[in-house]
Amino acid sequence: MTIDAPELRRLTGELLTAHPPLETDRLDFLKARFDAGLAWVHYPEGLGGLGAPRALQAVVDAELEAAGAPDNDPRRIGIGLGMAAPTILKYGTEEQKQQFLRPLWVGEEVWCQLFSEPGAGSDLAALGTRAVRESGGGWIVNGQKVWTSSAHLARWAILIARTDPDVPKHAGITYFVCDMTDPGVEVRPLRQITGEAEFNEVFLTDVRIPDAHRLGEVGDGWRVAQTTLMNERVSIGGMRIPREGGMIGPISQTWRERPELRTHDLHQRLLKLWVEAEVARLSGERLRQQLVAGQPGHEGSGMKLSFARLNQEISGLEVELRGEEGLLYDDWTMRRPELVDFTGRDAGYRYLRSKGNSIEGGTSEVLLNIVAERVLGLPAEPRTDKDVAWKDLAR
Amino acid sequence: MTDLLYSEEEEALRAVVRDLLTDHCDAASVIARTESDAPHDLSLWKSLADGMGLAGLLVPEAQGGQGATHREVAVVLEELGRAVAPVPYLTSAVVATEALLECGAGDLLAELASGRRIGVLAVSLSVAPGAAHKAVRLENGTLHGELTGIADAAAADVLLVPGEDGGLYVVEAGAVTVVPQVSLDLTRPLARVMFDGAAGRRIGDAAPAVRRALRAGAGLLASEQLGVADWTLTETVRYLKERKQFNRPVGGFQALKHRLAQLWLEVVSLRAAARNAADALTTGDDTDVAVAVAQAYAASVAVHAAEEAVQLHGGIGMTWEHPAHLYLKRAKADSLAYGTAGTHREALAELVDLRAP
Repeated sequence: MTIDAPELRRLTGELLTAHPPLETDRLDFLKARFDAGLAWVHYPEGLGGLGAPRALQAVVDAELEAAGAPDNDPRRIGIGLGMAAPTILKYGTEEQKQQFLRPLWVGEEVWCQLFSEPGAGSDLAALGTRAVRESGGGWIVNGQKVWTSSAHLARWAILIARTDPDVPKHAGITYFVCDMTDPGVEVRPLRQITGEAEFNEVFLTDVRIPDAHRLGEVGDGWRVAQTTLMNERVSIGGMRIPREGGMIGPISQTWRERPELRTHDLHQRLLKLWVEAEVARLSGERLRQQLVAGQPGHEGSGMKLSFARLNQEISGLEVELRGEEGLLYDDWTMRRPELVDFTGRDAGYRYLRSKGNSIEGGTSEVLLNIVAERVLGLPAEPRTDKDVAWKDLAR
Repeated sequence: MTDLLYSEEEEALRAVVRDLLTDHCDAASVIARTESDAPHDLSLWKSLADGMGLAGLLVPEAQGGQGATHREVAVVLEELGRAVAPVPYLTSAVVATEALLECGAGDLLAELASGRRIGVLAVSLSVAPGAAHKAVRLENGTLHGELTGIADAAAADVLLVPGEDGGLYVVEAGAVTVVPQVSLDLTRPLARVMFDGAAGRRIGDAAPAVRRALRAGAGLLASEQLGVADWTLTETVRYLKERKQFNRPVGGFQALKHRLAQLWLEVVSLRAAARNAADALTTGDDTDVAVAVAQAYAASVAVHAAEEAVQLHGGIGMTWEHPAHLYLKRAKADSLAYGTAGTHREALAELVDLRAP
């Protein structure tokens, strides 16, 4: 039987009756919600879901919000929810799903992602972190990962490592779940141009991973990682944004509240960016409507390009708009924020942080290649590394 | 919430219009026509209007039209833009029709809706909604003066003319002198219209009629600009996959791939802005902002796309024989039509409370 909205409302009502949110410990409530299949309704029964259509999650969320129930603070555990979970669901063994998904969803266990390396950024498949099989069947991992958010908070990591250097780069990668409490894992904050350290470097020295924590087949890690990366892009789109949501909001407010800062030059530039931000918002809304109507377009590939450029240009203009204040910065103190807010803090921070928007999650240059090749069908870049064993690649 | 997609019916409409234009509006004959005595393709107009009823989309059925909406008109304009079709659709079936709807001029409305007659609003193509425009003098009950920059006047049977007394007058084309102006856009030529004691019939107040007409014209022009940009991008991509230099397709060079990908991003963004304007004209919700946003954005995209088409086609793009120049001329002229992007940005400054210093 397929689950419909009235049935979900009934089940949510049952959960709320059995575990009144205002009288129940937050974690206990979340566990009860998971066990009732109301965590992510499109997941299978027994794993926090009911096998219902994904769109019906909104029904449950609305009922729970109205009842004042706690949520699982999705922003804090975004990598687990958005990247690790779908990959475990698709490639994990039954034991792995049972072990990992519940503490992941309720937020007891934070996840991080050990993919990028100093020598493997845009060319992620060239990664050099080595996983060598022991005689007992387990793995020993050595290497260095970088740009890892939440590594200092994480209990687990999704990790890709090279298990066969003698085959071409894509073929010799295996996907693992790495225990971040292993003594061989060292996490160092990576201070960035904003002054804070939102990310980390992670050094892996003789880290032991049991074979039971391998996701997918040996050598199939690149394919498994595609599921992770695809879900990263899905979770970036999909939200309805109000007019002046995002980076254009603060500068518009400042413009209205501080007439003494206005000049004709700034006015022309602000209006131009306001229009572009509104058009980008409409493009995002159009993409969302396409997804809801079941006609996914290619527009998603372009949205990140637009938002990266606009965030940078708008925040840059905002620094100028502030005049003498634009010469100041709120605080260079080295900190390790738990949450990242691109529109948070002051204009100077926004300006510096947004520089990362055209690098993180795929550089704008690589995204333009993807649009040119996959959307427009233009010839692919020459691939001189396609048939070369990883160990023979230039680096 | 605004519906930014195309319905199945809208896609079906697009398909029949595109088929017709593929068969009857090929680039070579459009180029040949530009220097003939008949720059407008009235036989194509007859097929669109008479045959398919497209001239009456905005007119209620009770008044002899199709009772459709701006959303369908936008789809037609996308296709006409893709073909740079030399027909007075935007001027007669949108702008003049909107003015007549505002005035409640039933008899003439039905004639325009059927496509049997072509009407043109005698306001310069460069005038933005709400901006000042010229009017003609009234002397002894007849009209005197000269108006310039009137798009498609050469094809018009009837003109809607603002008078200095604030009225809007219907004037038969036979009662005035229409002199073609050598126009940048060969496929939407302008003309000077001279009034020397022409008889006019007052049908209402000019101000609200002109404002409504130009707002609809501006908002739906964005869909035409989308069509121009879409064709130029598609054609440029197609050409660069075929064209070989240095023993490889030119479209494989990353410098060009990135430019085309960037252009694609602009075109999909314009699609959202144009659909938003068409939908807002249909629902009447947030229309001024939606139209101004679309017009503040569309011109740069259409012009950029057409300019890239000329550049990336190399030498062939510079020839009279290749149609790229028709699109460049249309895109550049469209960037002035119904107000420049800058004019629409200034309108937004008031509409969204981001005021000048």
